[in-house]
Amino acid sequence: MALWEAVLELADDHLVLGHRVSEWCGHAPMLEEDLAMPNMALDLIGTARTLYDHAGALEGAGRDENRLAYFRDERAYVNCLLVERPNGDFAQTMLRQLYFAAFMEPYWRQALHSSDAVIAGVAGKAVKEMAYHIRHAGEWVIRLGDGTEESARRMQSAVRALHGYTGELFEAGADAGGVLPDRAALRGDWDRVIGEVFAEAGLRQPDGVPMQSGGRRGLHGEGLGHLLAEMQSLARAHPGAVW
Amino acid sequence: MVSETPLWEVFIRPRNGLAHKHVGSIHAADEVMAVQAARDVYTRRGEGTSIWVVRSADIVASDPAQAGENFEPTADKIYRHPTFYEIPEDVGHM
Repeated sequence: MALWEAVLELADDHLVLGHRVSEWCGHAPMLEEDLAMPNMALDLIGTARTLYDHAGALEGAGRDENRLAYFRDERAYVNCLLVERPNGDFAQTMLRQLYFAAFMEPYWRQALHSSDAVIAGVAGKAVKEMAYHIRHAGEWVIRLGDGTEESARRMQSAVRALHGYTGELFEAGADAGGVLPDRAALRGDWDRVIGEVFAEAGLRQPDGVPMQSGGRRGLHGEGLGHLLAEMQSLARAHPGAVW
Repeated sequence: MVSETPLWEVFIRPRNGLAHKHVGSIHAADEVMAVQAARDVYTRRGEGTSIWVVRSADIVASDPAQAGENFEPTADKIYRHPTFYEIPEDVGHM
């Protein structure tokens, strides 16, 4: 296990979630969100691109961002399971975004001081993007959770559907040799943000939910294969294609 | 959804020192969501440093039927335009 693999985990998290969020493009419940979703997707994919190039350079085997994104199969993807969860309804998408951003914001804040200049550079940009994602998704979670009977029911069922994927966020993956933040240490920050939003939304974190894990070892849910098939088909049908 | 969601007018200030300018409108449930929606819809290309939103219903507009009495009396007061003043060279671009 090496630093490049740890950077790859981070890149996969961002690309897979970015692709998921982009699936809303043209399907969001209102025009305003139809623009907001691709905004957020592009934040994530932009971060992924830099991280892939960096992982490829660290690996030293000549793989660039396109090679890593489009020519690895499901079992070689090392994203956490949360980010590949299907969009479900708007409540589920917003909660997934909140769960991820509430983890990444303190992550990047620590990574600002990384000894790796690329990581520190990415962190400077991403920390602001994640702060906005927390705000955007958080305000929706509050309004849906504390909204109508129907929206509250959907929000609560989103919590039931996704909560079991939050534990893996804090699990250690490939050894980054201290260059990347320690995931487990971010638990307090994450709990605080989620706790504040849930309190306002009238939501409760369920107890005793078994935590799913395996993404960092390439063990994924059914959905990731479908996502990759769609995302990779063009690049594989026309290798080396450019705009 | 849109029928239950109020309309807001969006004003963006492009740079410090300039005034907020009306750029369009958005739908949002409340003021917090309105600022977010305005950010997502109208500042995607670095257009702004500040956002104002105001409920469209709170805008008080002049009556088009009174356009004549409101605006026509100024038509023959061309001396109000600053083109009649010589500006000294030293002042430069105003």
